Amino acid sequence: MKPFRDTWLIFQRQTLLILRNPVWLIIGVLQPLYFLLLFGPLLKDALPVSNAAEAYRIFVPGLLVMLAMFGAMFTGFGLIAELRAGVIERSRVTPISRVALMLGRALRDVATLLVQALLITLLAIPFGLTVHIGDLLLAFLMLGLIGVMMSAASNALALKLKTEDALAPLMNGLAQPLLLLSGILLPLTGWLATVAKFNPFAWAVDASRALFAGDAGDPKVWQSLLILGALTVAALMWAGRSFARGVR
Amino acid sequence: MIETKGLRKSFKSRQGRETKTVEAVRGVDLFVQEGEIFGFLGPNGAGKTTTLRMLATLIEPDGGEATIAGADLRQAPGEVRRRIGYVAQGGTTWDEVSAREELVLHARMYGISKAEAQRRAVRALEAFQLTEYADRKCKTYSGGQRRRVDIALGIIHEPKVLFLDEPTTGLDPQSRAHMWDEIRRLRGEGITIFVTTHYLEEADALCDRMAIMDHGLIVAEGTPAELKREISGDVVTVGLNGSTPKAAELFDTEPYIKKLETVDDGGLRLYVDEGATAIPHILRKLDGAGIELGSIELHRPSLDDVFLEKTGRSLRES
Repeated sequence: MKPFRDTWLIFQRQTLLILRNPVWLIIGVLQPLYFLLLFGPLLKDALPVSNAAEAYRIFVPGLLVMLAMFGAMFTGFGLIAELRAGVIERSRVTPISRVALMLGRALRDVATLLVQALLITLLAIPFGLTVHIGDLLLAFLMLGLIGVMMSAASNALALKLKTEDALAPLMNGLAQPLLLLSGILLPLTGWLATVAKFNPFAWAVDASRALFAGDAGDPKVWQSLLILGALTVAALMWAGRSFARGVR
Repeated sequence: MIETKGLRKSFKSRQGRETKTVEAVRGVDLFVQEGEIFGFLGPNGAGKTTTLRMLATLIEPDGGEATIAGADLRQAPGEVRRRIGYVAQGGTTWDEVSAREELVLHARMYGISKAEAQRRAVRALEAFQLTEYADRKCKTYSGGQRRRVDIALGIIHEPKVLFLDEPTTGLDPQSRAHMWDEIRRLRGEGITIFVTTHYLEEADALCDRMAIMDHGLIVAEGTPAELKREISGDVVTVGLNGSTPKAAELFDTEPYIKKLETVDDGGLRLYVDEGATAIPHILRKLDGAGIELGSIELHRPSLDDVFLEKTGRSLRES
């Protein structure tokens, strides 16, 4: 019970801070929104589709995966600010569960990105996006896993590097290839498609597209959930250990 | 209340391509009694903060043992956490929340219920004279107010021992004096206080006992008065108008004078254990021999003298 209660405590505080200053929540929505409005219209001619609505049905599910990736990927910067303020050290002298310190923050990221994802989904409906509620919930579960995984990994790296100067180039260096090799923007072909098999986000994009197409039985769906689930557990263990060890 | 034996910690530090092992703490034995204010002094890099962080369960010792408030540091760090409070050096509050919010959350991290946490926050805000600002964001507080919030956070769960890492650094003289009063008040409530400081006058005024650390070892331990007495005792300087050699002869055989030096401008420097008891003897002796006294001065060693002798450095330059 204690780890759950502790996680809830941290989650409450972190969510309160976001609600008090929701500017980042809005900035997080802006990027996918720009893609939806300024990039989406190009896809009708670039993809083998007959109309714009069909193009959006392929594009938006990938866009949501992108939102989940980037929404949680830069959470480590906030943690570095908290380290500097002494908040983390003060938490670590209390008997609070170490996993809760990390999980409470990861769940804040998940909550944020699900609100953002819901917003984007609703905004995409007028463009022709269609989805069944059950499939949508499954897709959001997958987005949640991505959020926990990226948040935990970002926090673990932040605890290791301890400065924004070291974290920023690393995160940007990772973000670009992960995005380009995920097939979110354009379908991958040739050797790029082969490399993308090692990118868990490429699997997530395929699964997300299958779900929005109403095909929850597509093997890509369970395969992707399995891969992301395993990676999430690994990231959680890594970050949990980092929080338990001597961080200042 | 705190007892350590051979506490050790080393760090690996990388300089270029070489990895060096730095022995930050090389075997610390400490004994802190219940209900005292224990000062912990040392130059920068002496290992003070590392020792403190080990005692506060933030880093794991490489060797040695410690018992804090009856709990074993290495076997039961969770139990130690319940019984201690720790206030870090650089501040511990978040800009965007209020003191009350911080206090309630911090109390709840100890497993205290929400209602009880709120009651305790009210009490702590009152005790530290923060009620007026309780619901303003921490970023609007002055340095002294923010420091008081830090300390209030450190004691919200009613610990037996409170660790304070340089609690008055960066405060103006008035806030510092105020902080000393707070610390004494906490001792009055029965909390044992372990405080590191950079200010010798602070250690002198505040601490019941203290230890000086240097190069990872404890080099001196005792009450401020004991430490001062240990190094040299007091010095009585007498100014004599011309009859210095005669007076020197007179004092040479006196048992209470440990050492005697001639001062350049005519006079004597007499090293004694206790200036206050030696001065009447000195005066009587001079009077009896008919020597006229020009001036008399008593110099008691400061903790700075102790520090200089023990570490080879003045604390101010370290």
